Amino acid sequence: MKKFSEEAVLLLMAIPILLWSLIPIYHIFLFSISTKDSAFSGALWPDKPTFRNFETIAQQHHFYLHHFWIQIWNSLWIAVAAGAITLFVASCAAFGISRLKVRGGRTVMNLALFTYFIPAAFLAIPMYKAMGMYGLLNSRMSLVLAMVTLASPYAIWVLKQASDKLPYELDEAARIDGATPLQLFRLVYLPLMVPSMVAIGTYALLLAWNEYLYAYLLLSHERTVTLAVALGHFISADDSPWELLMATGLVYALPPAAIYYAFRRYMVSGLTSGAVKA
Amino acid sequence: MAAIPGGVLAAPPRPFFQSQWQTWGVIMIAPYVLVFLAFVLYPVSYGLWLARHPESYVKLFADPIFFRTVVNTVVFLVVAVNIKFLMALWLSGFFVHERVWIRWVSVLFLLPWAVPSIPTIYSIRFMFNPEWGVVNSIIFKLTLQDGPNWLNDPRIGLGLAMVTHIWKSLPFWTLILIAGRMSIPREQYEAASVDGASTWQKFRFVTWPSLRTLYLSSTILSMIWTLGDFNSVYLLTGGGPADMTHVLATLGIRYIRLDQVDLAMATIVCALPFVLPLMYYMMKHLSRPSQ
Repeated sequence: MKKFSEEAVLLLMAIPILLWSLIPIYHIFLFSISTKDSAFSGALWPDKPTFRNFETIAQQHHFYLHHFWIQIWNSLWIAVAAGAITLFVASCAAFGISRLKVRGGRTVMNLALFTYFIPAAFLAIPMYKAMGMYGLLNSRMSLVLAMVTLASPYAIWVLKQASDKLPYELDEAARIDGATPLQLFRLVYLPLMVPSMVAIGTYALLLAWNEYLYAYLLLSHERTVTLAVALGHFISADDSPWELLMATGLVYALPPAAIYYAFRRYMVSGLTSGAVKA
Repeated sequence: MAAIPGGVLAAPPRPFFQSQWQTWGVIMIAPYVLVFLAFVLYPVSYGLWLARHPESYVKLFADPIFFRTVVNTVVFLVVAVNIKFLMALWLSGFFVHERVWIRWVSVLFLLPWAVPSIPTIYSIRFMFNPEWGVVNSIIFKLTLQDGPNWLNDPRIGLGLAMVTHIWKSLPFWTLILIAGRMSIPREQYEAASVDGASTWQKFRFVTWPSLRTLYLSSTILSMIWTLGDFNSVYLLTGGGPADMTHVLATLGIRYIRLDQVDLAMATIVCALPFVLPLMYYMMKHLSRPSQ
């Protein structure tokens, strides 16, 4: 009896949790398969579900969508580049600090932590100014570098935690066999770090793909902006095509959701292990 | 190398290794150090230098929306973050139950965190559209009365921005607290059960003492990040109506768009008395040598 009532309580808790999480997402889906009239009527399901919105997007048949394909390409390019560069920067730094015990390693960790604690919107303002001075404004590289700056502190933190756990005898054995530091890094360290690297690579990739504020500040030409910025332009007019906005939003949200679920095992354990240590 | 006398060869070649490994260590950390210098240290120092004139602060304090923004920010931090953490604490208690279906609920529960902000926040924005939104349409069907003006009312607008913020970041912090709860040894709960402890007593005397430090440091970290949450306010209300729902993050960006970089930096400098003590606490907390 006690067992049964516990299950009932858990089920009753699950319903509001699911409604809370899914309603805004269902609302995106609802709009993307509705015509404008149906979407604006407040219906909970369209009379005639339609895929016309997705056709319009694919053929770029709307003023806001003229550069859809190049914008989604920009998003992809920036996300992949930011993920790859973050992995490179962070795994090198974690290796240098944790395995080679480089002098000043602690200072570098503290600098990374300090960066991690700066509120993102606050760093955006001076970074926008600096990107202007470097002449990078409006180039995709500016957003890539900004995302690497934001992602690498956490990446270094997690990778250092993970590499501290590798047995030190491995390094000793490699040294005795006459391995150079670079060989140790390539042949011993990287293969052992694959699970954490998958988590961190995904983290940086999603961070860059999902980013709005920095993209909005650093990119402005309609052929260099990411899809996130293009979505922001949709509601600059009064009669915004909300059904197209939501359909585009759904297309934009699907890849990160899919990647997240594909790698969620790595993500959850990889990204929370460092946090709980504290 | 071959010319080195045997006596030296017999000694362990440590110093040579040491220096070679140190050199490589420096090479390895160089990329991050460069990123830090070019995109954190230089911009921040330059920004602070731009904010050195007292006139900027006079202008900032004279801006009629500044005071309102500070109040909004404090309310946002204190109310939204604490509600979020009470919810996360409660939800983490739900998700630690080992059931297959709860695992699936947790998969769906994480969606708001995994998908990008812009479509979901716009979705919430349209749901609360007073004329065409689904919320007022349901209110009208049920009560035959027009619903509230939602985002056109500054108080409700800020409230909904807080709800949006909670909706978006709750899954992440719940995940952290779940991980915290999972690291509590199960024997402690079993011992408590044997002693006849109630659910509340188990929470009070087993869960909470182990979770307290994590809960506190997570709350502080979340407060720092929430200060930099631009999306929840900007994408939902745009700071409106009449610039009455701004927080410091959106106000700073607003000055940037108006090309008033000195005011934007002055806004940040005004937030430093909030942020620096919190950052100091977190740095001390996380860089303890124990790790």
